[in-house]
Amino acid sequence: MMAPALEFDRVSRDFALPDGRLYRALDQISFAISAGSFVAIAGPSGCGKSTLLNIAAGLLTPSSGRVHVDGEPVDGLNRSATYMFQQDALLPWKTVRDNVALGLTLSGVTRAEAHARADAWLARVGLAAFAAHYPSQLSGGMRKRVTMAQNWIIDRGMLLMDEPFSALDVHTRLRMETELLALWESRSADQPPPRLRRSAVASANAESLALQETGGQASQAGGDRETGGRAFQASRDRKTIVFVTHDLEEAIALADEVVVLSAGPAAHVVARHPVTLDRPRDLMELRTSEAFVDLYRALWVVLREEVIRSQRSAEATRG
Amino acid sequence: MGDPEARDASRTTIAFWQMAVGLCALSLWQGLVALKLLDPFFVSRPTAIAQRIAIWVIDGSLWRHLAATLEESLLGLVLGAAAGISLGFLLGRSPVLARVFDPYIKMLNAVPRVVLAPLFLLWFGLGIWSKVALALTLVFFVMFFNTYQGVRDAERVLIDNVRMLGATERQLVRHVLIPSALTWIFSSLQTSLGFAMVGAVVGEYLGATRGLGYVISQAEGTFDTTGVFAGMTVLGLVVVIVSAGVTRLERWLLRWKG
Ligand SMILES: Nc1ncnc2c1ncn2[C@@H]1O[C@H](COP(=O)(O)OP(=O)(O)O)[C@@H](O)[C@H]1O
Ligand SMILES: [Mg+2]
Repeated sequence: MMAPALEFDRVSRDFALPDGRLYRALDQISFAISAGSFVAIAGPSGCGKSTLLNIAAGLLTPSSGRVHVDGEPVDGLNRSATYMFQQDALLPWKTVRDNVALGLTLSGVTRAEAHARADAWLARVGLAAFAAHYPSQLSGGMRKRVTMAQNWIIDRGMLLMDEPFSALDVHTRLRMETELLALWESRSADQPPPRLRRSAVASANAESLALQETGGQASQAGGDRETGGRAFQASRDRKTIVFVTHDLEEAIALADEVVVLSAGPAAHVVARHPVTLDRPRDLMELRTSEAFVDLYRALWVVLREEVIRSQRSAEATRG
Repeated sequence: MGDPEARDASRTTIAFWQMAVGLCALSLWQGLVALKLLDPFFVSRPTAIAQRIAIWVIDGSLWRHLAATLEESLLGLVLGAAAGISLGFLLGRSPVLARVFDPYIKMLNAVPRVVLAPLFLLWFGLGIWSKVALALTLVFFVMFFNTYQGVRDAERVLIDNVRMLGATERQLVRHVLIPSALTWIFSSLQTSLGFAMVGAVVGEYLGATRGLGYVISQAEGTFDTTGVFAGMTVLGLVVVIVSAGVTRLERWLLRWKG
């Protein structure tokens, strides 16, 4: 049995309020996410979704409880993950190409190669013509696409996404969701851009790929793990995606499983629901399908309570 | 951005009116003196001032004084910037140090620089270094505060993103903190340069053997108002030219700002 890609173990988090009291944002959150799955975390605004994701990223430490990544306790930053933030996080002083290439250049890939691979990714997200532009010259949707390329290019096993599309208009958002699923569902081996770097080890890994594909034993591929095999192994499979959203429709449309958080303070998991809709999904049609609507109803009953509770507590603090 | 042709048109219109305002003011001045409504002993007159500047250009003394002033300003700017940026970075990165130094920095910044000038003369002599020191103290604080802001205000999410993408501490400084501070520093370049020149000229005015400030103070000593105005005119022209250059530099350096 493989360790889950990400596991929250009784995670709580307090924040100090200006008056010195503690505000408990998260309370005893426990759940696990298996490798390669797409899990959406839904909850009312302000309940602690970003806080939870920051803890998963290692950017924030839990006040109590622990987080495990691939079975190992997180110590410092979560190096298996990249993070798509809710806000714009592109460096405004770098061109689109340099922004996409950033993860590569930081890890010591030569400029020429990093640029070549960035250009391949830009072509993939339809922004080849904008490589030399600065982020301020792009629309919000285009910037999100650059951010996607920036995150996918370094090809880590896990992608944390914090309401990545919430600032976009409905149509752009639908397109971005579709592109996200297409990226995630396409097996890495079919993708030219991330492969370039590994051309040297590709042939060595071809064997282990074939083995996995035919259900061969992992131990036979053991030798490859030592070389480029380790990174390759992870990218072989789908990324694990943790997608935070306040929009239940989006959560169901994209994910394999929806985790609903309660309203704050002391947010906790109130529901976990698998989403068994077939893949690949047609997001244009999905939302009107019967299976989708049934799921939506079932989960909305739960989430609605929390939304009402969070509005009430917001009014209480205001009044 | 709009229609480039329309923008060009408005640019020439502006230039025309700028000239017109200047010419009107000068004609008025010249006219009032000619009509004996103003005494040239007190206010000189534009033609005399132009003549004086021409003489300085021809006999070469202008270049000698201008070179001194520019040298002092530039040295003051570079050294003040280096010191201000370093300290700004240090304190911007260390909240504890920032709190320790805070009262001292505020105290020092409150000292009027003119008060320091005689001290610097005493310490560094009549040569360029007393002027460089004065320019430095003016530039230092502008640069310090702007760097400090830039480092402190580097957006949290940019830092987090770059760290998640694998940046080491050093890479974080290089790719996020320095560029963020530079945007603040560049946008204060105008102010800093102006301060550097003020520092140099005031230093020269109070005691020197060369420089535009020295020229002006010499002229004042002999009630030579033409010399005073000629010195001021040269100083003003230099500032306008230099700041036009700085504006272009700034626009290029911050070209990523849409
Ligand atoms: N750094 C912080 N200091 C104090 N309170 C915080 C901090 N970060 C988040 N909070 C509080 O924790 C709660 C959860 O915030 P957040 O995780 O951003 O919610 P969400 O992402 O679900 O909208 C909110 O009430 C917020 O005010
Ligand atoms: Mg949030």
